[in-house]
Amino acid sequence: MQYHLVDELKRICGEKNVYDSPEDKIAYSYDGTPLYYKEPLAIVFPQDADQISRIMKFANESEFAVVPRGAGTGLSGGSVPVDNSIVMVMTKWNKILEIDQSNLTAWVEPGVITGNFQREVEKIGLFYPPDPGSLNVCTIGGNVAENAGGLRGLKYGVTKNYVMGYEMVLPTGDVLKFGGKNYKDVAGYNLRDIAIGSEGTLGIFTKILLRLIPLPQRSITMKAHFNSLLDSGRSVAEIIASHIVPSMIEFLDNTTINCIEDYTKIGLPRNAAAMLILEVDGRGDIVDFEANKILEILKTNNGQGIQHTSNADEANILKTARRSAFSALARRAPTVILEDATVPRSELPVMIEKVQEAARKFDLMIGNFGHAGDGNLHPTCLIDERNQSELDRAMKAFDFIFEEAIKLGGTITGEHGTGLAKKQFFEKSAEIPALDLMRKIKSSVDPNNVLNPGKIFSRSPKCESYKF
Amino acid sequence: MCLTTCPTYDLTKFERSSPRGRIQLIRAVADGRLGITPAFVDEMNFCLDCQACETACPAGVKYGRMVESARVLIEKTKTRHTISDRIKKIGLNFILTSRIRLRIAGFLLWFVQASGIQKALIKTGLLDLFGKNLTEYLKLLPQMKFRNTEGMLKGINLKPRNPSYKVAFLSGCIMDIAFSDVNYDTVKFLLKNNCEVFIPRGQVCCGSLHAHNGEMDTAVKLMKKNIDIFSSEGYDFLVSNSAGCGAFMKEYGHLMEDDAEYKERAGVFSEKVKDFSEFALLLDYSQKMKSPEGVVTYHDACHLVHSQKISSQPREMLSRIPGMKLVNLHESTWCCGSAGIYNVTRYEDSMKFLEKKMGNIRETKADLIITANPGCMLQIQYGLQKDGSQAKVEHPATLMNRLMREE
Ligand SMILES: Cc1cc2nc3c(=O)[nH]c(=O)nc-3n(C[C@H](O)[C@H](O)[C@H](O)COP(=O)(O)OP(=O)(O)OC[C@H]3O[C@@H](n4cnc5c(N)ncnc54)[C@H](O)[C@@H]3O)c2cc1C
Repeated sequence: MQYHLVDELKRICGEKNVYDSPEDKIAYSYDGTPLYYKEPLAIVFPQDADQISRIMKFANESEFAVVPRGAGTGLSGGSVPVDNSIVMVMTKWNKILEIDQSNLTAWVEPGVITGNFQREVEKIGLFYPPDPGSLNVCTIGGNVAENAGGLRGLKYGVTKNYVMGYEMVLPTGDVLKFGGKNYKDVAGYNLRDIAIGSEGTLGIFTKILLRLIPLPQRSITMKAHFNSLLDSGRSVAEIIASHIVPSMIEFLDNTTINCIEDYTKIGLPRNAAAMLILEVDGRGDIVDFEANKILEILKTNNGQGIQHTSNADEANILKTARRSAFSALARRAPTVILEDATVPRSELPVMIEKVQEAARKFDLMIGNFGHAGDGNLHPTCLIDERNQSELDRAMKAFDFIFEEAIKLGGTITGEHGTGLAKKQFFEKSAEIPALDLMRKIKSSVDPNNVLNPGKIFSRSPKCESYKF
Repeated sequence: MCLTTCPTYDLTKFERSSPRGRIQLIRAVADGRLGITPAFVDEMNFCLDCQACETACPAGVKYGRMVESARVLIEKTKTRHTISDRIKKIGLNFILTSRIRLRIAGFLLWFVQASGIQKALIKTGLLDLFGKNLTEYLKLLPQMKFRNTEGMLKGINLKPRNPSYKVAFLSGCIMDIAFSDVNYDTVKFLLKNNCEVFIPRGQVCCGSLHAHNGEMDTAVKLMKKNIDIFSSEGYDFLVSNSAGCGAFMKEYGHLMEDDAEYKERAGVFSEKVKDFSEFALLLDYSQKMKSPEGVVTYHDACHLVHSQKISSQPREMLSRIPGMKLVNLHESTWCCGSAGIYNVTRYEDSMKFLEKKMGNIRETKADLIITANPGCMLQIQYGLQKDGSQAKVEHPATLMNRLMREE
């Protein structure tokens, strides 16, 4: 069977574009998610949409699964192979096809690296804001499939706010175009948005049309630390309530501050309960006005060591702490589980307390940082996966954190997606009718369940009545 | 985060040719899920060892060490050795371990080159019979020098009366026979800046070539010998002008961690190692310098920027030269493909990396390319020659000494 599979794939894509050596199988058995690992039957690098379409038809006939893959930086196991699957790698589709300066749009292939695209459009004064921490590696296709967020989410939104359309191969092999350059378009259902964030389960993007905006002219970056979490929480709430929309409000907790200081030695206050790093951007005097207002709020809420700058190099120094957060934590332990529980931003202070409670209750080291402006936290658990008891406690802690997030009206994942890693939490926490509808959508688009099956949710409900 | 900084991944876009892919392969071998297959060996050798991935890794994974241990394992399990394996072994274990043998080898090579035998051989096309790349390899070989470092420094007083620093110096193995002029420039520059230079006799190769090629036992012997010989006298710093040696000597402390006898001294030894540019910043030279001609650019040697994390220092050192016109080299931290003997063992791949480098160099329109590793110097020189370019490559020490007036 497998022999036949590889031969047929080679017939479709060419000898040089199909791999099934043990080495290659190992090298495509994982993504950026710890603890998930499975070898595929083969790896293909399709050359055009027609080949993808033929592979999908073949998959439907021969009943193997296809797992689309971008750069494999995903943090929920989206591109990790499943049973009886081949991996379809899109990284060689890395051309920017068109930048339309009259409509402020760009057609790109899905394998274009996000950071490269940003640099390209910035050269001509345009701006593509979504900036996941992995932007120098991850692909636009992966971003659209995960609806990736980033530091600028608060003011500029996330990937979905910039996707105007795409060409996609459906699981059955049909090739369809969705959306287009129209700013307004209400003909029929808005099918376009259904595949954004679908984690490669509804189709394979082959071309993506992105929206661009003018590049902000200047920015001011600010920093303050606080002796109490309450003060930092209040500052964020007051900034939002004063109708200022910063392009960034990043939060670091005491554990994270200490890990960063151990690692970078840049003189961070080790006793501080929290630190905020903020940025406003835009045109002319408005930027100064907004910055002044924010500085005032930081001061009245007992902000310490307040700094601000409009110089790019100095701003970089202020942002070093936030940029090093993940690295600093990652160096602390062999296994780092980074989650992205998200709550309505008014609930953020409560959620931060809950994460601390989880760390105490389950006796774990959990650093917490994240995008305070949009309520998206990254509780990061530092463990050693070989220590089974620690691993179990970590799982319980995340159970607890997710449960609390849901109680606060939040969600188990703000930007990393459900994939395999959060599937069990998702199936527990989602509304049953909603989950049902999702399953129906999936089975009508992919009747034989061949495209990235078993991601986000299982096709057949396991125990629907169970719910907390 | 390593993927986009990896030259081999950049070239192939294959996950197994990425740092993270190689780590998974190494793990699979360690767990017994994968044997030491030809493809595994090939992948380990395809890696340039540039360590750009270590610079990029948020979690600080010591990738270089993993690949090195994989290579040790490959060496250990080899049952059959090819001719080039044997030549490599003789080179590493017989020639490079002894000063005298090394100097004899250097002299023989010098004779072949200087007498015109090499040129004549290339001209006849006779060498092409041995495979079309042999001619190219010979062009990549460094020009041997008639005199080694000791010979060049003969008669020069290495002990000024009131030195500001006492600096130890490793004349190296390849550096000593093929780049004794760079060694000479380094020492002269130090002397002009009122440093005492301590070049202990009996010192040996730093051992890095051995360690990188899976010959750890020999490397350890060499390390111990150097530690013994250098610690016979006190000194402030050991200045290194070869990025590879410097990087490796900074590792002695770590590598000897489990050796009760040498652990402490190895630590002290490593702490005192400074790259030429790191040390130069302690000196006050700018007043006494001429301005360089033309436009200068700087290429980061992997073993400086990635292994030693030294990138601002050489630039700072150069920009303190009055009238210096230093232009930025795009992707200056990308490996030029020289990578030890990679350009000989994997000539074709190496040329692809060189082509990328040369493209960026052309863009700078620089007249002079400064880089601090002999391997990079040869490789870029070779690239310039192929391009028919008039630009020159120079070691920072040579430039610094050339521009500095005698007291
Ligand atoms: C250090 C680090 C920092 C990160 N920071 C952030 C962050 O700030 N914000 C954030 O949102 N995420 C972040 N991530 C997560 C990850 O980078 C994003 O989810 C990213 O969008 C994944 O892109 P990728 O190209 O690596 O896709 P992959 O991981 O390869 O795939 C992700 C999903 O997309 C699907 N897919 C890929 N290409 C296609 C295609 N052409 N058509 C259809 N489906 C496709 C795959 O099947 C999979 O389900 C981070 C990850 C790391 C390692």
